[in-house]
Amino acid sequence: MALIKQTAKNLRRSPYQALTALVIVILTFFLTSRFVLLTFGAQRMLAFFESRPQVSIFFKDSAKEEDIKKIQQELEATGKVAQVKYISKEEALSIYREQNKEDPTLLELVTADILPASLEVSAKDPKYLSDIAEIAKTKGEVEEVVFQKEVVDQLKSWTNSIRTEGLVTIGSLGLVSLVIILSIIAMRISARREEINIMQLVGATPWYIRAPFVLEGVFYGFVGSFIGSAIGFVVFFFSPYFQNSIFNPLFGLPVNPFTPVILIIVFVILVFVGAALGILGSFLAVFRYLR
Amino acid sequence: MAKSIFCSNFRRLFLPIRSLMIKFEKVTKKFPDGTIALSDIDFEVKDKEFVFVIGPSGAGKTTLLRLITHDLLPTSGSIVVDKFNLKKIPASHIPQLRRKIGIIFQDYKLLVDRTLWENVALTLEVMGRTEKEIVQEISEVLERVGLSGKENFFPQQLSGGESQRTTIARALAGQPDIILADEPTADLDPATAWGIISLLDEINKAGTIILMATHNAEVVNTLSRRVIYLDRGKIVEDKEKGKYGTY
Repeated sequence: MALIKQTAKNLRRSPYQALTALVIVILTFFLTSRFVLLTFGAQRMLAFFESRPQVSIFFKDSAKEEDIKKIQQELEATGKVAQVKYISKEEALSIYREQNKEDPTLLELVTADILPASLEVSAKDPKYLSDIAEIAKTKGEVEEVVFQKEVVDQLKSWTNSIRTEGLVTIGSLGLVSLVIILSIIAMRISARREEINIMQLVGATPWYIRAPFVLEGVFYGFVGSFIGSAIGFVVFFFSPYFQNSIFNPLFGLPVNPFTPVILIIVFVILVFVGAALGILGSFLAVFRYLR
Repeated sequence: MAKSIFCSNFRRLFLPIRSLMIKFEKVTKKFPDGTIALSDIDFEVKDKEFVFVIGPSGAGKTTLLRLITHDLLPTSGSIVVDKFNLKKIPASHIPQLRRKIGIIFQDYKLLVDRTLWENVALTLEVMGRTEKEIVQEISEVLERVGLSGKENFFPQQLSGGESQRTTIARALAGQPDIILADEPTADLDPATAWGIISLLDEINKAGTIILMATHNAEVVNTLSRRVIYLDRGKIVEDKEKGKYGTY
C-alpha cells in the first residue's frame, strides 16, 4: 500500500514526464493493435482459402444443364474431387442479389441471363486442382476456369508485405517506448539520489528502494498498452476502412476472423506485452542506476 | 512477542555477549586517488560507551564512521560490528547492519519535501513497521528530543537546533544500538550545541553507544569521556576521560 502511495507520489511530482512516457506507449500500442488485427485477419482469411482447394468452372450461355451434369459426373469419376456443386444461372442471381442487396441500382441491371452457370469444384488436395482444370478446359461448353490458388497466392504476397512492414514499425516503436521508459525512470532516480542515499543509510533493502521505480515502469507499460490497444480496437472496427474491407462479415465471407474470444485474447496479449515492456524498461534503469 | 521480550531480557541478564560492539583490527583505507585516509587502525568500542573521535580536518574521522556503516569498505584489515564481520557480510545483510546504527550528519540531510514527521518516519517505514507502530514510536521519539508539536513543519521552517534534533529523532527511531554523529554541532551556536550534546549524553546513558566526531574542544573537555585522537589517518592517542588540545 505504501508502495502504491509512493509510486503515485512520484507520478504526481512530475506529471509531464509521466505523460510523455504514457503517450508514447499509447501511440505504440494504438498502431501495434491495428497491425496485429490486420495481419491476424488476413492470416485467417488465407487459412480459410487454403483449406478449400477450389476451382470455379464457368460455362457459356449455350451450355445445357445436361451437358454440365455430364461434366460433373466425369469430374467425380476421377476420384480427385471432394465435392462438386452446380450453380445454375438462377442460383447465381440469388447469390448476386444477396451480396448486393444494399445497392438497388446494381440489382436492377442484372438478370439471370447475363450471369453464367458454374460448377464449384473442391479438390481432395490442392495438387489435384490443375488436373481438374485441364479436364474442364478441354470441354467446348466451358467459358473460363478460375483457380482459387491464384487468389490465394496474391493474398499471401500482400499479407507478407503487410506483416513485414508491421513488424518493422512495431519493433521500432517498441524500442522507442522502451528507451523512453528507461530514460524517464533514470531521470526519476537521479532526481531522488539524495533520498535514496539516506534510505540506504537507514537500512532500506535494495528492493524497498527499487520497487516504486519498477512499479512506475509497469504503470506506463500496462496503462499505456491498455489505453492504446483499446483505442486501436475501437478505431479499427468502427472506421469506414474496416467497414468496407473484406474483413467485414457482411461481405458474405464465410468466416469471421474476429470472434469475441479471439479479440479478448489478442487484447490481453497486447496489454501483457505492454506491461512486460514497462518492466523491462524500469529494470534496465534500476539495475543501471541503482546498484 | 512475549517470548521474544523474555529472551532478550534473559540475554541481557545472564549472557555478556553484547559487551563488544565495534572492533577495528589493522584497518587501512586507501582511496583510488592514492590518499591514505586511515592506516593501521585498531580499537574496540564496548557496549554503552561514549567515544569522541577528534583530530584536524582530513584526519580520517568521517572515513572511520563511514566504514562502520559499510558505506565504505576497508582496503585491508577487519571490522566487526555487533555480530557482523563487515568483510564477509553478504549484501543482503547490510540493511540489517544499518538498522542497528543511527547516523547524525553535520548538514542534517533531511528531505526538504517531507515534513518533520515524515523524515523521522522514513527509518521506520524502511524497516517495514506498521502504520500504528510508526505513529506510536515517533510520538515517543519526538517527545524525547523535544520536538512534540512540530510534526507538520518542513525542514525550511526549522531552526538549526531543531533540524539537528530531527536527525537525532530519525537516528533514534528503530532503537539502534549505535549512534554515529559526524560533527553534529559544527553549524550550531554554543547554546544550541549544548542542548544537542546533553541530548546525546542522555541517549548514551539510556544504553546506546555513541561515536561522535567533533572539533568542539569545550564539549570534549567538559564531558570528559573516552577520546580517540586521529591525525593523518593514524590513532595518535586513545584515552579514557581524554581532553582536547593536550596533544
